[in-house]
Amino acid sequence: MPGSDDFTVVGASLGVAPCGDVQGLCNRRDESWHADEAMTTPPPRRFSTRTRAALAVEKLASSASRRLGRGSGEMIGGKLALQVSPRILTEVAAGRMAVCVSGTNGKTTTTRLLARALGTLGPVKSNSGGANMAPGVLAALSRPPFDAAAALEVDEIWLPKVARQILPRAVVLLNISRDQLDRSNETRRIASLWRELGADLPAATVVANVDDPLVAWAASGWSNQIWVSVGQNWTADAMVCPQCARLLHRNSSGWWCDCGLARPEPIVAVTGPGELLWFGRHIRASIDLPGRVNLGNAAMAAAAAKLFGVEVADALAAMTGLDDVQGRYQEVELGESGVRGRLLLAKNPAGWVEMMELLNTAPARPVIIDFNSQTADGRDPSWIWDVPFERLAGRDVLVTGERKEDMSVRLAYAEVPHTVHPDAESAASTVFDKTVDVVANYTAFRDILGRVAPVGTTR
Amino acid sequence: MISDSATRIALIYPELLGTYGDGGNAIVLAQRLRWRGLAAEVINVPAGEVVPGGCDIYLLGGGEDAPQVLAADGLRRSTSLLRAVNEGAVVLAVCAGYQVIGASFPAGDEVHDGLGLVDVETRRSFDPADQPAPPRAVGDIVVEPTSDLGLPVLLGYENHAGRTRRLAGGRGRPLGVVRKGVGNGTIDQTDGIVDHHVIGTYLHGPVLAQNPALADLLLSWVHGPLPALAEPAEIQLLRQARLRALDVAS
Ligand SMILES: [Zn+2]
Repeated sequence: MPGSDDFTVVGASLGVAPCGDVQGLCNRRDESWHADEAMTTPPPRRFSTRTRAALAVEKLASSASRRLGRGSGEMIGGKLALQVSPRILTEVAAGRMAVCVSGTNGKTTTTRLLARALGTLGPVKSNSGGANMAPGVLAALSRPPFDAAAALEVDEIWLPKVARQILPRAVVLLNISRDQLDRSNETRRIASLWRELGADLPAATVVANVDDPLVAWAASGWSNQIWVSVGQNWTADAMVCPQCARLLHRNSSGWWCDCGLARPEPIVAVTGPGELLWFGRHIRASIDLPGRVNLGNAAMAAAAAKLFGVEVADALAAMTGLDDVQGRYQEVELGESGVRGRLLLAKNPAGWVEMMELLNTAPARPVIIDFNSQTADGRDPSWIWDVPFERLAGRDVLVTGERKEDMSVRLAYAEVPHTVHPDAESAASTVFDKTVDVVANYTAFRDILGRVAPVGTTR
Repeated sequence: MISDSATRIALIYPELLGTYGDGGNAIVLAQRLRWRGLAAEVINVPAGEVVPGGCDIYLLGGGEDAPQVLAADGLRRSTSLLRAVNEGAVVLAVCAGYQVIGASFPAGDEVHDGLGLVDVETRRSFDPADQPAPPRAVGDIVVEPTSDLGLPVLLGYENHAGRTRRLAGGRGRPLGVVRKGVGNGTIDQTDGIVDHHVIGTYLHGPVLAQNPALADLLLSWVHGPLPALAEPAEIQLLRQARLRALDVAS
């Protein structure tokens, strides 16, 4: 939905449309009016009349809007259902093993990994399509079985509202960095909202990243914590103490403030490539998703799954085999050229720095940068000046996207030679290599995914 | 080795005043000197340290409330910036940095003292107290520069809650008149201030990336007339693309 001001809908339409089921493929095309699972499996009697009515409305609205080709039917259905029964989230979440996952970067991936880990115990519901505000969360929980576990991705700003209704057993807090600067520019405000949330969830455990001072401060106000170190490449958004606004001290082993706030000692940590510290012992750990950043996401997810009794070996085994998340890390055919592109999402400086690490672990492939600045991306492209693009020097760099001129100027000042192209496919047609990396931001990524086919499939 | 003649560009407190890619202005200035065969040195001034005297250009960027207050407190503890300005140093202060170099600015529920380098003051609103505060100014901004600066139209992005006005009888003149966007947000529809070699503006972040002539104006304040520059074609292509997208005649 290019140019839409409704971020909810844009988010919902990224890549594969959201669906309530974890096991990869959505079977929504098989659903129809008469083969209605809600009719064969009625909602539990404990639901209020309002909620039962709301669930019926959700079902109708979402399948109707899907049949009309509007795409993310769950969003519309979810919005209607929330109006019919304001307490519906609390009711449909009651009695479940539920975990909310939030943060600026990595929440979709971490939610998918968590869903896989919880899947070792039984059925899991998840808003795996990136629809991460209340309607998307509701959509994930509005189909039977109503006692399935729930792995829920929740937008940073929406987390307090959603979690106060879901009452999750665990909340995973990944990181807070600047993203979409014209939507919300106060990183500390988010940390503060998260901290206050802890007071209302005394029975919940927070799984929190100790390397992000904003997250650590937010989580230190909660009753129960599992502290995880994922390492952090990006520190520019956490230089000031969130507690007292003094400047933080940093060295190689952590960060601290004169007011006493300091990096908590982690009980889980990424200690090397393929290695975790796990509750006092060192274990080998690997998943199919590339990079240290994803091992960190896996560690956060496994720590949450442990609360429900999932052994780390089982969790990691279940996570292995997940090799793309909404198209991220997937290899696709870029047009007719025969060139394959590995799709990488980078939508803010912190994300780009993580992707640089991934680019540099692969053989030096050409890089296509696809850069937009629609509402869902943040209208303001200034942040590309925070990314150390100088590191791409020596690589074949190709630029495209609606703000390709901005990116081109950034690269010119970084003295990175590059070429500019109308789209990723035509860029790919100019390279001699068989495989390229494609780094795109939010809507650029969504648009590529809508145009190309995964390797090994035909469209 | 940096020669003694290198132009020294101080990037002040980038950890505090660097929310919107503001460090880009240092990259642009240094690169435009180097492309001309002139030496340039970018000096990062970490938060908490004394601002070094003797630099040619000082850059201040944008920041959230708490970092902005911290930056202003740090800068007020030393007179080195004020002395440098009195000796003719160039200052480019954008967004929160613009507010900080003025007389006073709001953060949280309080009004804080700025550096007083330029005669402006910032508040949430200058309307009567019973009026609701105006909305945050967020979006593309286009400014027709004050004519004696000899600059083409200025393009940028703004994101700020404050409204800024010149002090009665104060020195300096507006950077320009706002054609799109909010800028100072005062009734005269201006943006920014220019006082001798100090510029404050709400065109935030890497404003010099889209406005190479402004970058060269700052550099000419240091060097006098600059050697001609065969700059990469991308830079004018970006301006043309933005002028088209914003539907602005150059
Ligand atoms: Zn502190």
